[in-house]
Amino acid sequence: MASMRDIKRRKGSIQSTQQITKAMKLVSTVKLQRSKAHAEQTKSYFSCMYDTVKSMIVKAGALDHPYLKTGASDKKAVVVITSNRGLAGGYNSNVVKLITRGELAEQKENLIVHAIGKKGRDLLARAGYQIAEKDYSEVIEEPTYVEAMKLAEELLKSYMDGEIGEIYLAYTYFKNTVVHEPKLLKLLPVSLEDVTDGGEEGKDAEADKAMMNFEPEADEALNLIIPKYVASLIYGALVEAVASENGARMQAMDSATSNAEEMIGKLSLQYNRARQGSITQELTEIIAGAEAIS
Amino acid sequence: MAEDNRFVIKIITPDRVFYDGLATMVEFNTTEGEVGIYKNHIPMTMIIKPGILYITDGDEQKMAALHAGFVEILKDQITILAEIVEWPDEIDLNRAEAAKERAEKRLSEKDPKTDIARAETALLRSLARISTIR
Repeated sequence: MASMRDIKRRKGSIQSTQQITKAMKLVSTVKLQRSKAHAEQTKSYFSCMYDTVKSMIVKAGALDHPYLKTGASDKKAVVVITSNRGLAGGYNSNVVKLITRGELAEQKENLIVHAIGKKGRDLLARAGYQIAEKDYSEVIEEPTYVEAMKLAEELLKSYMDGEIGEIYLAYTYFKNTVVHEPKLLKLLPVSLEDVTDGGEEGKDAEADKAMMNFEPEADEALNLIIPKYVASLIYGALVEAVASENGARMQAMDSATSNAEEMIGKLSLQYNRARQGSITQELTEIIAGAEAIS
Repeated sequence: MAEDNRFVIKIITPDRVFYDGLATMVEFNTTEGEVGIYKNHIPMTMIIKPGILYITDGDEQKMAALHAGFVEILKDQITILAEIVEWPDEIDLNRAEAAKERAEKRLSEKDPKTDIARAETALLRSLARISTIR
């Protein structure tokens, strides 16, 4: 049986860990509230953007536009949004798993990873993936639309130059405070099948907007709108990822705190038993000693 | 019958819902020129160029500087997806003036290295900001 001192020491160390996890939980709760509000504010922009682009694609479906078909190159760019810090449960590894396990798993050599967030970058680099030189990890601390636009411009440029054929986006979708889903999204080319996946709702929207006119003409409008679409999707993903990160960390820290609580409870019991045991032993020794004298 | 000619206008930016209300007429600048939209316009999507946005509701008129994005016009609703839009009191006049001078200088120098399109957009933006305040 562990000695009283050992148990006491362990209990102390768990207690200080618990203090840390408790503090981290509080911090991420506050951060979550802020990033959640932010994510909710931006949501309407993206759903509008998505709907508009959808109706445009439906109308312009027959158009022979470079943004609408797969580029000549086999290379695929993947924007991977993770966090810079760990201790967020499965948050980072879930996103990384999308790349290493999913449909893209067999095309390891053709993938170029544009990492936003140090954790994903490190994990994928260790797994032997090709990482784009430029590091956007700072962006995740405070996502701005301008930063998203810069990244989008860069991606579109190499897409138009024929260096990459497809662009994917891997991030964590913030469903609500407790549910965050890792998601892999195809940014470019925008294809009709992807867009009309919406089911019943999608069909209604199509009928509604079938009469939409474009000024300038549809293909020219596409030229201008698609970059905005890509930028806004990246920005939206960033904002959701930040909210998800804080949510995931809050949950992780919450369960860490309650686990610590449980361990402390167990250790207290052990400690008390050991203390009682030693008192009993001392008593028996004293009584035995006293009996021996008399 | 004043109610009949009003329509819903929504102006949404990546960071907030800038405006959500009713109006009788909206005017803004597009790649095809300046336009004014009333109710029952044919459905149309247009690309925005930097300029002043006027929202008229009866006798009331609101102004804002609208810089980039696109507009989706439906019969009784207009949605402006704007990247940047500012009310007059959010604009820093000194900064806009400085930006205007910088852009003008860049354009007049005719340096082959300058990005003409970018400098022009910057000039248009600063002009839109300045004229919104005045």
